[in-house]
Amino acid sequence: MTEENREIPVLEVHDLVRHYRLPRESLFREPGFVYALNGVSFEIQKGRSFGIVGESGCGKSTLARNVMALEDTDSGSVRILGKEVVGLGFDKLRPLRRHFQMVFQDPYGSLDPHHNIGRIVAEPLAALGPLPKEEKEKRVRDVLVSVGLKPQDVEKYPHEFSGGQRQRIAIARALITRPELIVADEPVSALDVSVQAQVLNLMKDLQEQLGVTYMFISHDLAVVEYLCDEVAVMYLGEIVERGLTEDMFNRPAHPYTRILLDAVPKPGRGKKRERIKLQGNVTGQTERRKGCSFQDRCPMAQSVCREIKPPLAPVGEAHLAACHFSDEVRAKAATA
Amino acid sequence: MPLLHVKDLSIILSTNDGPARAVRHLDFHLDAGETLGIVGESGCGKSMTALALMGLLPEMSRTEGQILLDGEDLLQKTEDEMCRVRGNRLAMIFQEPMTSLNPVHTIGHQIMEPLRLHLGLSESDARAETLRLLDRVGIPNPTARIDNYPHQLSGGQRQRVMIAIALSCKPDILIADEPTTALDVTIQDQILELIQTLVQEEGMALVLISHDLGVISENTDNILVMYGGAAVEIGQTERIFDDLVHPYTQGLFAAMPKLGRARNARLITIPGTVPDLIHMPTGCTFTDRCPLASDICRNTPPPVVEVKAGHMVACHHVQEARHRKTEELFS
Repeated sequence: MTEENREIPVLEVHDLVRHYRLPRESLFREPGFVYALNGVSFEIQKGRSFGIVGESGCGKSTLARNVMALEDTDSGSVRILGKEVVGLGFDKLRPLRRHFQMVFQDPYGSLDPHHNIGRIVAEPLAALGPLPKEEKEKRVRDVLVSVGLKPQDVEKYPHEFSGGQRQRIAIARALITRPELIVADEPVSALDVSVQAQVLNLMKDLQEQLGVTYMFISHDLAVVEYLCDEVAVMYLGEIVERGLTEDMFNRPAHPYTRILLDAVPKPGRGKKRERIKLQGNVTGQTERRKGCSFQDRCPMAQSVCREIKPPLAPVGEAHLAACHFSDEVRAKAATA
Repeated sequence: MPLLHVKDLSIILSTNDGPARAVRHLDFHLDAGETLGIVGESGCGKSMTALALMGLLPEMSRTEGQILLDGEDLLQKTEDEMCRVRGNRLAMIFQEPMTSLNPVHTIGHQIMEPLRLHLGLSESDARAETLRLLDRVGIPNPTARIDNYPHQLSGGQRQRVMIAIALSCKPDILIADEPTTALDVTIQDQILELIQTLVQEEGMALVLISHDLGVISENTDNILVMYGGAAVEIGQTERIFDDLVHPYTQGLFAAMPKLGRARNARLITIPGTVPDLIHMPTGCTFTDRCPLASDICRNTPPPVVEVKAGHMVACHHVQEARHRKTEELFS
């Protein structure tokens, strides 16, 4: 174990901040900001799957774009295999991109309809510099087979494939540079249940075979539980709880995690379910306030929550939570 | 007599590649105050069924069979007659709260429209009723919100406005087609809770369409599972989940990641993909993906077998399907 711990993590994110400036509403007032990421830190070890969950507007996708260096970051650091990527120019980033690739949510929008599959899948190879044609074609064929498609499919166009097959193509495109890290932003949300299971199993198999590391963004907690070793729950641009999946889903230490878990409909449990309900929706991305980010919707909020911001503190082994009452939440989960 | 009786309904869409049977020989009924869940994957015909009930099928389509509302066949009605039924006796909530509201009209205007059209209320009465409805569906501060445009509301609030429109004329049947698919789990919880409360208080019948077995399980009395346009299993929700019989229902349930299951166990998958409706076998629609399929399945429509009181399954191999574990079935 100690050997492994000394290894460089595949991804290290430290205190990442990203604020978007809003259009100026008045000449006499400073323009506002959307506080999309407010100091997010985590790291992912090689071969692990790290899940990120939260409601829309919590900053999940902003985090993905910043980790992928697809937009400028305000401050903080993103290290991939120990190399800093924040602040690097296009030319410097390009050769590094082979190490981290992305799979997008919409398998219909993320494949160019004018290109055939061979060209779509081979495109990231451009980042590796010139390769002989035979080598390129071989790698395309191999990667298509590894995601369960046929080598002959290179001649076809995206419209000839179903949603699940398109997502396999997107995964093949991400895998072709043999990356260490794949960032997947809601990769199965647009798929039917029976097809979703196929893609999830494929992602698991590929991880076992190739040792690739996943940063997996999803709003579906059951999917995250199935695929991920560790999870971080985000709220208003911050991580409010982080830990090993099993431990955290069994004994959440933040009320928001508890509520998210309770809100998932469970088949075959009948109609009446005891649960805490959450009022309202995510608001407050454009203001900075004292205290806990979850105070407006928290059923347990006390005056201390409005005054002092709870730090992300350890509550168990490899388990962190940002709540003044995390012990209480955890005790409740244990008795439930 | 049931409130709504769908008898041997088939919907055939004409496409460039030939006729597509979107719904085939569907039978079900709905009593006043009952909640029915229709569950299935894309292309199973659940949305087409809803559109047929509302008389909103695309023009390139043909229907067979009957949809009886209080004994009157909706499929025989003229467009003018349907206009008086739609929104008035049957109302629908659509999946996309982002696109199903008109962006150039205020939400107040859109809620008032059915009130003035169907109930003939005056401008001021309709406005008062609209304020009441907005309050009813849980929109804070209705007097300020009534003059808002859809883009000024969040997704959950827009869905609440859709519900207010659907409720405005106190319909007998509310059809909700994937009402929460575009929403976060927490908001989904709120919206489903709201629909439940309203349905109970107003005594409406509800047809809830979803691909999510969890949503269906928690919100309905009866459940209808569809695949490839045909009903494969129907029965009381609680009983069905105790004893899933049809291989498709079993596979669908097993393929769904469920919270609290051991994460090392692999998900069971149904091989293949959702078929296209043009090249479907004439017999059982699930033949190409079914582990129990035999020659008879492809060409002969399966018999509907009653496995327990009120629990019907359309399968040639009910006994085998019933007595094998899902893991064995799909391994």
